[in-house]
Amino acid sequence: MPDPSQHFSLTLRVNGAEHRVAVDARTTLLDALRDRLHLTGTKKGCALGQCGACTVLLDGRRVVSCLMLAVMAEGRLVTTIEGLAQGGELHPVQAAFVEHDAFQCGYCTPGQIMSAVGAIREGRAGSDDEIREQMSGNLCRCGAYANIVAAVRDAAAREG
Amino acid sequence: MNAIIGQPVSRVDGPAKVTGHATYAAEFDLPGLAYAAMVLATIPRGHVRSIDRAAAEAAPGVLAVMTHEDAPRLPYKQIAQRPQVDAQSGEQLHVLQDDQVRFNGEPVAVVVAETLEQAVHAAELVRVEYARSPAVTIFDAKQGRPPSEGNAKAGRVPELGRGDVEGAMREAPVQVEARYVHPREHHNAIEPHVTIAHWEGENLTLYDKTQWVDNDRKEIAHVFGMEEERIRVVSPFVGGAFGSALRTWPHVTLAVMAAKRVRRPVRLELTRRQLYMAVGFRPHSEQHLRLGADKEGRLVALEHDVIQQVGRYEEYAETALSPTSHLYQCDNLRARYRLVEMDTNSPCPMRAPGVVTGVLGLEMAMDELAAELGMDPLELRLRNYAEQDQQKGLPWSSKELRACYETAAERFGWARRKPEPRSMREGGMLIGYGMATAIYHSDRSGGSASVALTGNGMAVVRSASSDMGPGTYTSMTQVAAETLGLPVDHVRFELGDTNLPYAPVHGGSITMASLGNAVVAACRAVQTKLTSLARAAQQGPFAGLAEDAVVAREGGLGRADGSGPVVPYAELLRQHNLGWVEAEGSAQPGEETKKYSSAAFGAIFVEVRVDELLGTVRVPRMIGAYDVGRVINPKTARSQCIGGMVGGLGMALEERAEWDARFGKVMNANLAEYLVPVNADVAEMEAIFVPNDDRNFNPLGVKGLAEVAICGVAPAIANAVWHATGRRIRELPITPERLLG
Repeated sequence: MPDPSQHFSLTLRVNGAEHRVAVDARTTLLDALRDRLHLTGTKKGCALGQCGACTVLLDGRRVVSCLMLAVMAEGRLVTTIEGLAQGGELHPVQAAFVEHDAFQCGYCTPGQIMSAVGAIREGRAGSDDEIREQMSGNLCRCGAYANIVAAVRDAAAREG
Repeated sequence: MNAIIGQPVSRVDGPAKVTGHATYAAEFDLPGLAYAAMVLATIPRGHVRSIDRAAAEAAPGVLAVMTHEDAPRLPYKQIAQRPQVDAQSGEQLHVLQDDQVRFNGEPVAVVVAETLEQAVHAAELVRVEYARSPAVTIFDAKQGRPPSEGNAKAGRVPELGRGDVEGAMREAPVQVEARYVHPREHHNAIEPHVTIAHWEGENLTLYDKTQWVDNDRKEIAHVFGMEEERIRVVSPFVGGAFGSALRTWPHVTLAVMAAKRVRRPVRLELTRRQLYMAVGFRPHSEQHLRLGADKEGRLVALEHDVIQQVGRYEEYAETALSPTSHLYQCDNLRARYRLVEMDTNSPCPMRAPGVVTGVLGLEMAMDELAAELGMDPLELRLRNYAEQDQQKGLPWSSKELRACYETAAERFGWARRKPEPRSMREGGMLIGYGMATAIYHSDRSGGSASVALTGNGMAVVRSASSDMGPGTYTSMTQVAAETLGLPVDHVRFELGDTNLPYAPVHGGSITMASLGNAVVAACRAVQTKLTSLARAAQQGPFAGLAEDAVVAREGGLGRADGSGPVVPYAELLRQHNLGWVEAEGSAQPGEETKKYSSAAFGAIFVEVRVDELLGTVRVPRMIGAYDVGRVINPKTARSQCIGGMVGGLGMALEERAEWDARFGKVMNANLAEYLVPVNADVAEMEAIFVPNDDRNFNPLGVKGLAEVAICGVAPAIANAVWHATGRRIRELPITPERLLG
């Protein structure tokens, strides 16, 4: 049986930068981002793939980073919440979340925003019902859902 | 300058939160950080017979394994006056201090390793053998006993009432009687509880998830027998808590012990499953109500018994009788509160603790009474409107509940409701309209803040408060900006650090009523200080003027008679060669509680659509109108109210801990099986604030709104389900199997 604690040295491509990092075979992409690269914008809510707080884009598609091992992300393009704003300008989805008060505590927010960015890019934010369905993998315990729908609708229209 | 209080200012911490730059407790990056993982007991009661730690200690990366066999004996000193957030009698869990197991999930070992993966793996290698003792794991309402004296003194009384209930009930021509069950619920904030403990010599810094840094410090100081001054608690962002982070839990002590052992900073983050055992929950409750009324619907007798579960090592109790004591006019009342001891981790406050439970029973029973009378449920509430707090015999400091009823009913279209159940349909769906009243008592506590005016025109306002989501950062910024006469972006509010002036607990909806007034006081104090400087100066526009000749206005000082220009604070500081000027202010509750009873009120109206074939309930519309006193920020206030509606929707239709009595354990301890509302469960929601400004309660006129926002939502939904289907589901949540059964 291979040693579960075997270490791998790999390169993670996150938000356009390359990071050389040594990880345990068991290290999730989420823990690598938070604890190795100190990109703590990606949140750990359940580590069971149930809450969506750790959502990032992998090659442009939404994944929950707690259910992916870091070694599986080698060579793939990872986008986290820290990679959205360009040159100090908030991404339209980020700006819409602030404008519509689409959060309270803010802890699920990065995952919500990454899901929204993915859903809009995939053309799956065409109606309120579709937004609600697409965003239902991201739990918000503060209950900001109605504002989240408004923010995503607004950002989708602006990105149109 | 236009008013800033009352404006829908976007959250000042919004950009930090949407860019991932807000730093929560787990995210402080300390050199040499080690990781801890807990081993939890798997029996409900008994003791540890043996622990085999060899394999764990030999595992790669492991720095320490600690059990009751080698953990330091801690003094656990008593706090002279227990804070309200703690259980009021019994003794908190003394973690790793003996071989006893008091509940399934009590920590029996902690492992520290170089990485999280190594710690988690090694924790799984610890082999624990137990000797089981008989355990109480079944809720038996007949075993209910009164709360102990400690709780009674803290307002969790075993009994309250007035008049002659039995006599009045005998005479009452209309009566209803019912029993309601509200299951154990878990907070499930998305951020897990986590502590980083960092010793530097004899000094300790805690980066902790807490709603009260000052008390967190006090608790750990008492557990370890340390001076409070040696401890600093830092908690700038809290990822939701809803009451679960009011008190200091055993894992904080574990993290501190572990860090001391390995001489490195240690992070202990609870897993989602552990959160069901290692912090508290809303206790299972059963309640029994009897309502007697005359033929016009006036309540003549009211009996209410609430029975809740409690742990056995300490006694947490709630103010579940409070709503029944004063929500309606009724001369004859008897309410009783009982606790059933069980071998479980201790329950704790969860949003509107006790009150949400009492309101649930009372408001479902009122709906049943309305049906029995053949009366509109709203009309029944109006006929029993309490013009004063009958139990306390005091007038309300303010009460605009009538306006709440009128506004919400009008907006909802309540007049379209057909009285008969099962009388409204659309397509294959049964439609139901339901309503309920919400109430939550308003409290205040003492607190302090400081304000520094700086040479660059900024004001920095500080207090050791917290912002678990309601928007403390933003609303306090608004209060300071308005008081100082500065724009919002010239004010920065800092919180979440014991180095800052003392703040009361961030819970019970008291933050603005308590600390907001301290912020005002601090702003006034710094203005006074600057005025004195300016008057005492040898030269300058205000030199030598009388005290009442200089006033603060429009972001600076001016002459009281209006002559001459207003000199901005920053310019005055430059004139006097000062980098900044700083002052502290505080606010304490006054005599108002002797003169008035204070509460926030609400009226909730909901529409449900029930698919009778599938037993599913959807909630397309929820409209609430609230009297919360003055509203500092309608944008964030609305978010709290719609958040409360979502929480109440979960309570009504989804949330329930599935309890396995064989093991005394929650079976669905995760977010896929413990159901919470998701985006697709929620549709149209509206929150309306009726105008009010309660200066009788406190100078800012606010009453608090976090708790009242969840009260009344679940009974409104349950009442609407009855209206749609003719079925009274008296045990929450209203699941398809219960509707089909």
